[in-house]
Amino acid sequence: MTQTSIPTRTPQRVLGEPIDRVDGHVKTTGAAQYSGDHLYPDLAHAALVHATVPRARITHIDTTAADSLPGVHAVITHHNAPRLQPPPKPTLLNLPTLAAGTSVNYLNTDEVHWNGQPVAVVVADSLDIAREAAQRIRVTYEELPATVDFEQEEPNAVPQKNSALSDGGGKKGDAVAALKSADVSVDLRFSTPMQHHNAIEPHTTTAVWNGKALTVHDGTQHIDWTRRHLALRFKLPLNDVRVISTFVGGAFGGKTNVWAGTILAVVAAKVTGRPVKLALSREGVYRTTGGRTPSTQRVALGADADGQLTALIHTSVTQMGRVGGYAEQVVSQSRHLYDAENILVQQHQLTLDSIANGVMRAPGESIGSFALEAAMDELAHRLDLDPIELRMRNEPDRNPMDGKLFARRGLREAYARGAERFRWADRTPEPRSMRDGRWLVGTGVATAFHPAWVFPANVTMRLSADGDVLVRCGFHEMGMGAATAFTQVTAHALRVPLDSVRIEYGDSDLPIGPGAGGSAQTASVSRAILDAAAKLKKDLAALARRNNTSPDEAPATILSRAGRTHHEVAVGADRGIGRLAGQVRFMSTLLRERRKYVKAACGAQFCEVRVDSDTGEVRVTRWLGVFDIGTVVNAKTAASQLRGGIVMGIGAALGEETLVDGHTGRIVNANLAEYHVPVHADVPRIDIECLGDPDPTMPLGVLGAGEVGIVGVAGAIANAVHHATGLRVRDLPITLDKLL
Amino acid sequence: MRRFTYVTANTVTDAVKTKATTPNAKYLGGGTNLVDLIRADIEHPDTLIDITRLPLADVEEISTGAVRIGALTRNSHAAAHPLIRTRYPVLTQAILAGASGQLRNMATVGGNLLQRTRCHYFYDTAAPCNKRSPGEGCAALNGGYTRNHAVLGTSRNCIATHPSDMAVALAALDAVVETESAEGNRRIPIEDFHKPPGETPYSETTLGENELITAIELPVLPPARNSRYRKVRDRSSYAFALVSVAAALETENGRITNARLALGGVGTHPWRARTAESVLKGAPATESTFREAAEAELSTATLLPDNAFKAPLAVRTITATLTSLT
Repeated sequence: MTQTSIPTRTPQRVLGEPIDRVDGHVKTTGAAQYSGDHLYPDLAHAALVHATVPRARITHIDTTAADSLPGVHAVITHHNAPRLQPPPKPTLLNLPTLAAGTSVNYLNTDEVHWNGQPVAVVVADSLDIAREAAQRIRVTYEELPATVDFEQEEPNAVPQKNSALSDGGGKKGDAVAALKSADVSVDLRFSTPMQHHNAIEPHTTTAVWNGKALTVHDGTQHIDWTRRHLALRFKLPLNDVRVISTFVGGAFGGKTNVWAGTILAVVAAKVTGRPVKLALSREGVYRTTGGRTPSTQRVALGADADGQLTALIHTSVTQMGRVGGYAEQVVSQSRHLYDAENILVQQHQLTLDSIANGVMRAPGESIGSFALEAAMDELAHRLDLDPIELRMRNEPDRNPMDGKLFARRGLREAYARGAERFRWADRTPEPRSMRDGRWLVGTGVATAFHPAWVFPANVTMRLSADGDVLVRCGFHEMGMGAATAFTQVTAHALRVPLDSVRIEYGDSDLPIGPGAGGSAQTASVSRAILDAAAKLKKDLAALARRNNTSPDEAPATILSRAGRTHHEVAVGADRGIGRLAGQVRFMSTLLRERRKYVKAACGAQFCEVRVDSDTGEVRVTRWLGVFDIGTVVNAKTAASQLRGGIVMGIGAALGEETLVDGHTGRIVNANLAEYHVPVHADVPRIDIECLGDPDPTMPLGVLGAGEVGIVGVAGAIANAVHHATGLRVRDLPITLDKLL
Repeated sequence: MRRFTYVTANTVTDAVKTKATTPNAKYLGGGTNLVDLIRADIEHPDTLIDITRLPLADVEEISTGAVRIGALTRNSHAAAHPLIRTRYPVLTQAILAGASGQLRNMATVGGNLLQRTRCHYFYDTAAPCNKRSPGEGCAALNGGYTRNHAVLGTSRNCIATHPSDMAVALAALDAVVETESAEGNRRIPIEDFHKPPGETPYSETTLGENELITAIELPVLPPARNSRYRKVRDRSSYAFALVSVAAALETENGRITNARLALGGVGTHPWRARTAESVLKGAPATESTFREAAEAELSTATLLPDNAFKAPLAVRTITATLTSLT
């Protein structure tokens, strides 16, 4: 092999550039294969039957009308379902145990734990037949007393425990006394409703048994957890389970856990001996996957006459299902945002006979920041102080709760830059003072904040003598542009051209990647890629020395001079003692770093709203978000992520609300006609700016962009609505009836 | 989705005859509501008679000067037709305020009149509903969510709203529904077409069992040139009305000579606001008259805690819409 066969193009600057998505073409042309696109010969379709009562024992299931329908292959109930291992008890000592959506062993019990729980599965030749058969099944229940009403249960809420992954309660000084003696104070109650993720792709699983081995195409945010969970439930050796999740049509937290549909698709395939596709209906998504908990919150702030905070109290009540749920850290940001002398944060939980609540984009901060940021605005108004100025007067140098260092904190800069670009100074501070015809005009700001995480990621990196680089890692692409970002990171780390890099992902046959959650995937996989690149370079240097080649030659040149076709390095171990060591290293690093630093992305959200003076209709007309997300890997996809967060925040502020019937515990608007996500006409042009400086403590300086965009959005809108109308709406969503 | 037999009809006579001789059959127009209802296990026809091939898709001026819209005219086509846009702008605006472009391209004007309520509980077969299953009870009235529900024309059995925007404009315009059946032709004034729920909420129109809507006739109505449809809803598009107002106004020397007013989102059927119209007629065309008329119309509203806001919202929206027409 001669030197001329090796690409010698000058590597372009790749990090931070707005590179087009590497999978843009396959997605826009429909060539990308999502979990429901794998058309195995003999593929059968499954449909679920949902319980119609909140808590009960099933006394009888009449399946005769379904059984007799031509094209039906199986009607599976708790009478004939294969026995499964029960879901494991969730523990932080073994993170994959957190995968179970609920503790229910579906179709292995006659008990109903929530209104909507699957009680039967029909497998048929077509989806239409399966759904028709499902409608023909009649279930008789012995109803049991159920607790389904959040408001009624609120007095019975109990304190929520803190965990290593979820900060909760805490105190500094005596906030209660300080509030009493403050020169100026506000003491306010807020509420936020249950919400659902509504990814455009409903949860879909295609399950195929090949003898004793199982392959599952599943839209998931955590391939490894899903794989381990299935192995455990179906009593299979881990190596016999493969989970493939190449493309996920949006998730927003809703595909972090393994919900009923995934399990039951595998059950259906086992019973029928055919590949089975189970695509949840939109209603099925609402009934069988957990949304965001509702919350009630209290924020009380005390300040001296200059606006220096003396007391900050933030408490919350959220719900859990009796069958499990995620302890939403609603007050989390209130430990980090304002330099109050005295702080008290507390979280309480109540338990309902409902499905387990899940994680949804910026769990905690998304709804907690609404209350905190609206309260700050009310305090500013009380103090006759500009709301940005109040925030700047209370911007801390160190973490207010405990004096830890901020790894980086760009909030002052974000507000300064945003105020200038948004022309914040043009507003007249008086509420109801700005008008455009029948529209009342208002502007508002709020702070965005989201903790930064790094999770373990294993990768292999292989350099071929023709200059191609292959990176393999079981990470997840759910629309955020992950494969594109890691192509850039790899090209950057190895100084090779972008088009020489290929990334394989979304498959449990690959080295174990991190879950796509906590805005951590980019930092986590980047760290592994950087480590792998360093290893590869070191190996190449050694190889160069051995072959009398200059270590400054292009990597591929070194390889070819050594007569090697390729060289591969691995970071992390997928199994055995190496895997265990990796987990221990992760936990100890996590705890060590968290003792020292607060690491977070942050930002300043600016918006303008118009409120119809006759009808109270709210329209968002301008948006600017200035963010500190550390290093920006891809300017285009990062801005899209942040924009998407803001769009979702507009939904939460103005329309989204999962309605749960207070008598039956049944979700009544389980569809996209009545659950109001924003339409195009609700979303204005959204300007995004990133400060771009790296965080010195994070891999590549990346803080993560997936969630911080939604934080502060509802607060900024509520504050702008007040500025427009003089009215404070403290209960989301801000629908027009609250403004009449 | 339940199986059904699908047949097509090529003439009106053929359609009406097939319907009369086929048990448990339904006419199929654009299918934008009926097919959903079949999927949701609410409608269970054994046979669907596709009527979209019938020659009933024209908009034309007839000899009397009235405008006749064939029952199978697609909503998009009706909204865009010059005769409608210039003479009855309220109707164009109402149609465009409903659904989405894709749905309007499929939906027919005859079918639009027959769409069924979007009450959450009507759609959920796990909930009791007097409209879906006579005598079963009403989950909404039994402590359910009622924010979207009606405040006018309600009964102890049902408070579901009629969802159509188009029909609200038709109510304001004194439209006439033309039908055909084995018994011959009928002309039904729009106000007599939809029925309040009363004791029989499952019976929604005065249409006979096999009767086919063939056309909607819009009478000569000069004030309709100065007309407007205003829809207030929870998001900018693709949501049903909380309150909608169809209004036409004619004034002379500052006095109201002719006013037409109908409301959507507040009634169990498209609500012709006769009480308000009687206040408006002959009165000065001022905001205070409009408000007085609106308040008179809403004075008989039956309000529940969740939907009580609809009364003041309707008053404000009526007042603002009429004011915009002066």
